[in-house]
Amino acid sequence: MTTTIDTTEASDTVEATPPVGTTAGRFSPAYLFKTYGGLVGIALVAIVLLVWAPNSLTAFRLGNLGKYCAWAIAAVGIGLAWGRGGMLVMGQGVFFGLGGYAMAMHMKLEAAGPGKVPDFMVLYGDATMPSWWEPFRSGAFTIFAIFAIPALISFILGYAILKRRVKGAYFAILTQALAVAFATLLVATIKQTGGFNGLNTFTTVFGQNMYDPDVKKNLYMVAAAMLIVCLLISWQLYRSRYGELLVATRDAEERIRFLGYDPANIKLVAFVIAAVMASLGGALFAPLAGIISPSNVDATASIMLLAGVALGGRASLFGAALGAIAVGYGQSTLSEQFPTQWTYFQGALFIVVMLFLPGGIASLWRKVSAALPKRSPKEATVDVTVPTQTEAVA
Amino acid sequence: MTASFLGEDYLEVRGLTVDFDGFKAISGVDVTFLQGRLHFLIGPNGAGKTTLVDALTGLVHGTGTAGFRGQDLLSMKSHKIVRLGVGRTFQTATVFEQLTVLQNLDIAAGLHRKAAGLLLSRRKVPESVEQALETIGLTALANRPAGILAHGQKQWLEVGMLLVQDAKVMFLDETVAGMSSEEREETGELLKRIVGDRTIVVIEHDMEFMRRYADFVTVMHGGKVLAEGTVAEVQADTKVQEVYLGTVTEVAADA
Repeated sequence: MTTTIDTTEASDTVEATPPVGTTAGRFSPAYLFKTYGGLVGIALVAIVLLVWAPNSLTAFRLGNLGKYCAWAIAAVGIGLAWGRGGMLVMGQGVFFGLGGYAMAMHMKLEAAGPGKVPDFMVLYGDATMPSWWEPFRSGAFTIFAIFAIPALISFILGYAILKRRVKGAYFAILTQALAVAFATLLVATIKQTGGFNGLNTFTTVFGQNMYDPDVKKNLYMVAAAMLIVCLLISWQLYRSRYGELLVATRDAEERIRFLGYDPANIKLVAFVIAAVMASLGGALFAPLAGIISPSNVDATASIMLLAGVALGGRASLFGAALGAIAVGYGQSTLSEQFPTQWTYFQGALFIVVMLFLPGGIASLWRKVSAALPKRSPKEATVDVTVPTQTEAVA
Repeated sequence: MTASFLGEDYLEVRGLTVDFDGFKAISGVDVTFLQGRLHFLIGPNGAGKTTLVDALTGLVHGTGTAGFRGQDLLSMKSHKIVRLGVGRTFQTATVFEQLTVLQNLDIAAGLHRKAAGLLLSRRKVPESVEQALETIGLTALANRPAGILAHGQKQWLEVGMLLVQDAKVMFLDETVAGMSSEEREETGELLKRIVGDRTIVVIEHDMEFMRRYADFVTVMHGGKVLAEGTVAEVQADTKVQEVYLGTVTEVAADA
């Protein structure tokens, strides 16, 4: 029998259920914290992003933070698929790109005006527009496409991959190859997608002038609000029965089969949700950055998305999102001040985190609290650390 | 064989053969698992006991037929077989160590739930889970991670998971191996309590345990059924005594 339980060190605080038999436990502080602590955390993030940041940051910094939020939305999805589902999704750039390009196509068509063709098609082509661009003139269709296209593609891909029981490193390589292929395809189709330059020089987004500071601020607010929404969705998923099932599938996929579930279906749901979140992130990224190009969606970009999640803590609700924001911040802001040293510092940071905190920075608190002496003997017996095997990458 | 045992939900295996690249781990096995009894499957190492269960639960491919509730288990996928009401445990207990005892049971109870309900969190402990906790005697440990359980407790948890699945046929693969004698006794009593209208098939090496609790015994050897019958019948069988050399003859002698 080859069933093995592969417990990872990733911190998966699967939410508690009220203790059996007693109703008093439902209102104990520990239970309330475990159940609703996540909501308090999300509220704090919401206050920082929606109240503090718009009132304190310059327009430029706010725009940057908006981009990090877009990455963080994709990261929340990666946290679900990788941290909880054990699928090392190394090609999320593909879905980020699908959303980003869908939005950018709409904005290009807005900039071109009714019945007109985007500028680059005149520049590089014969001023004819492929028919599949046409529906993106409609804002409603674009929004629909941002959700529907990645959902459909990830469902088909995920079904094909997961039903064949492709997992671990093979799954990671396959998704990574998709990102490479996607970027190559974009570069090769300059007449249809803008090629290496990508799509840029937008003027309006849904009729709003993008050079208007208020519109810029609103774009940021939408991105930040969407991040909060994704965090709330994740919070509910993690505490739901599905969340428990996903963790159980990650840890012992074969065992799940003998409980009457098809693990492929359980993982497929997480994979599709992660793809839709990545697409949403991409769709918000394009107007905030003013550009979407193959370098935003290729293998390197996909790994950068992953890096933030790994750094923050892939199985933790906030680790993934805050990690992605931190990596984005480090890349742009800190690298302004330390242009040469930053890359080395970032590399060193990753090595240190992977070596000593494979569960990401979010697992630091758990490690510290485990090392501290317990307050009462009762607590000590409850907080038994489950013996964990060595870190599995996927 | 006593006809009074014959119930509706019997599992009928005919001509089951499992071929591993030319090596026949099981060849032409006919066996019927009837409702309402503890059916022991014994035999020396390599006799094909676990392979038989693997084939019946979709883990390895077998030819022949295995009829249960009008369906052939051999043509079904593992999770569909479980949904039909045939569950199993493994030689090494494979509970979800990071989840609590309660969560383990809740996941096992989930196969009858609607998919949409999965998106909600658990509001209260389901009745079936509470009953199972009571039956397997782990109520006090319900909120502990399953990883801290003792070996015997993990096996009971596995039995509990089969209970909440409402498995009508349970295959227990060497459940009492590595248990202390008290734990074995408790396990035996547990199985007697839960058998009811179920079919419980126990793969076992421990002859003492078999003798105490078996309602019916099938002896396998070299991938074939060697003998079948009650404990006394099997122990009196000369072929069985030959296979087990000293082991069974000794047991038979003091039986």
